[in-house]
Amino acid sequence: MSKESKLGWKKIPIGGLLFEPGSAMQYKTGDWRAFKPIVDQGKCINCLLCWIYCPDAAIVRKEKFIDINYDYCKGCGICANECPVKAITMVEEKK
Amino acid sequence: MPKIMGLTGDEAIAYAAKQSKVDVVAAYPITPQTIIVEAFSEYVHNGEVHTEFVCVESEHSAMSACIGASLAGARVFTASSSQGLALMHEMLYIASGLRCPIVMGVVNRALSAPINIHGDHSDMMGSRDCGWIQIYCENSQEAYDWVLQAFKIAEDHEVLLPVTVNIDGFILSHALERVEVYDDGDVEKFLSIRNAPFKLDPDNPFTVGALCFTDYYFEIKRQQVEALKNAPPVIDKVNKEFEGLTGKKYSYINTYGLEDAEAAVLCLGSTAGTAKAVAKKLRSQGKRVGVIKPWVYRPFPSEHLLQTLGNLKALAVLDRAICPGAPYGALCSDVVSTLYDNGKQLKVFNAVYGLGGRDITPFDIEAIFNEAMDVAKTGIVKEPLKFVGVRE
Ligand code: SF4
Ligand code: SF4
Repeated sequence: MSKESKLGWKKIPIGGLLFEPGSAMQYKTGDWRAFKPIVDQGKCINCLLCWIYCPDAAIVRKEKFIDINYDYCKGCGICANECPVKAITMVEEKK
Repeated sequence: MPKIMGLTGDEAIAYAAKQSKVDVVAAYPITPQTIIVEAFSEYVHNGEVHTEFVCVESEHSAMSACIGASLAGARVFTASSSQGLALMHEMLYIASGLRCPIVMGVVNRALSAPINIHGDHSDMMGSRDCGWIQIYCENSQEAYDWVLQAFKIAEDHEVLLPVTVNIDGFILSHALERVEVYDDGDVEKFLSIRNAPFKLDPDNPFTVGALCFTDYYFEIKRQQVEALKNAPPVIDKVNKEFEGLTGKKYSYINTYGLEDAEAAVLCLGSTAGTAKAVAKKLRSQGKRVGVIKPWVYRPFPSEHLLQTLGNLKALAVLDRAICPGAPYGALCSDVVSTLYDNGKQLKVFNAVYGLGGRDITPFDIEAIFNEAMDVAKTGIVKEPLKFVGVRE
């Protein structure tokens, strides 16, 4: 959840309707995370299984390996579970 | 020039929906509402309307289809009763939450169990807090008139809320009455085609029904309360325009004999007709009694109620539904909290009556008036909640 000040009921479009397409981008789910996936880019074979499985499209494709967009990664751990070479480790977030 | 037709309450509602040129009807039949959708499907079959009539497999689907159509900018009508309304319950909140100005004829009928097809207000009272504007009618004429007005109220951009127009099952839905109907042209002048402030459009996409967590949900519910608060001036405006067209005066509350009444009966729907007839007789005997009939039940017309009270000393509130375990029926609770909040010392008692379509006779109502007059005289309420017409 982003921390910027939120609009009151008088300013929000009625009924929770969102008139700007693609606005889900503005909703950063990164702060939901309890565990953070860390990629060992030396180990990564760029098979992109994690990219396919990530429910938040938080895996970023690079030329030789992948990277993770922590603004949206909510730490579900699916990528670490699916990675065939165990290139991703889930590390507890420090508060 | 209006013409006179013989219409049942159901037919009157269907006829009004036809003249309102609704774009979409999605409905599922249920007694005692069935005549409405049957009559309407006949209009469709005969080519008298250009409405998209969607046959669905349940009331839940009916309201879902109505919501989609309404968001696409259509004028939408449907009708239901009892178990059907209960099955719609979840979608009723979505219709108001997404601000869909759908108009629904609700033909009030008891809820199971035990199963029963006859009239009481349990169905609408069960969905009382669904955020819809709720109107109750005394006769077929009112049902016809209110449906025409309901579209205009619902679709007003200050309101954008769905409306139910309620009539009593069988007592009104199946009874043939004299109804004055207006020219199609006059209705068209009163109710032009819907001008939706937003509509689903593939070229200009927007999101409906997005997830709102702890951070936005409350604000959006708060907006709905405001929309209901905005309704009274719009209802006033629509009532005035309607009067200009038809000469018929509508408002939030209809009263009889309140100018000098000391004791009155307050009730919704067709029972008000019987109560007025009884009050008339009692008044001819010099008794100062009156009748208060809220037309609009949601938003509850507290201010208007306070203005109508005059010299009243005692008020009997008649509820045609029970709130098991509550101190009063729903209507009486609203009345009592309105009075209490405003420091009114008026004595009130609640008479629950007519469940499952049990008749309420003029004798029953006369007994209630007598009790109210007694309370007015003594200032003592012996029984705050009583059940009228039930066998011990
Ligand atoms: S932890 Fe879950 S959300 Fe984050 S990158 Fe992996 S799969 Fe995507
Ligand atoms: S699944 Fe593992 S190896 Fe495959 S791209 Fe993702 S991190 Fe690299």
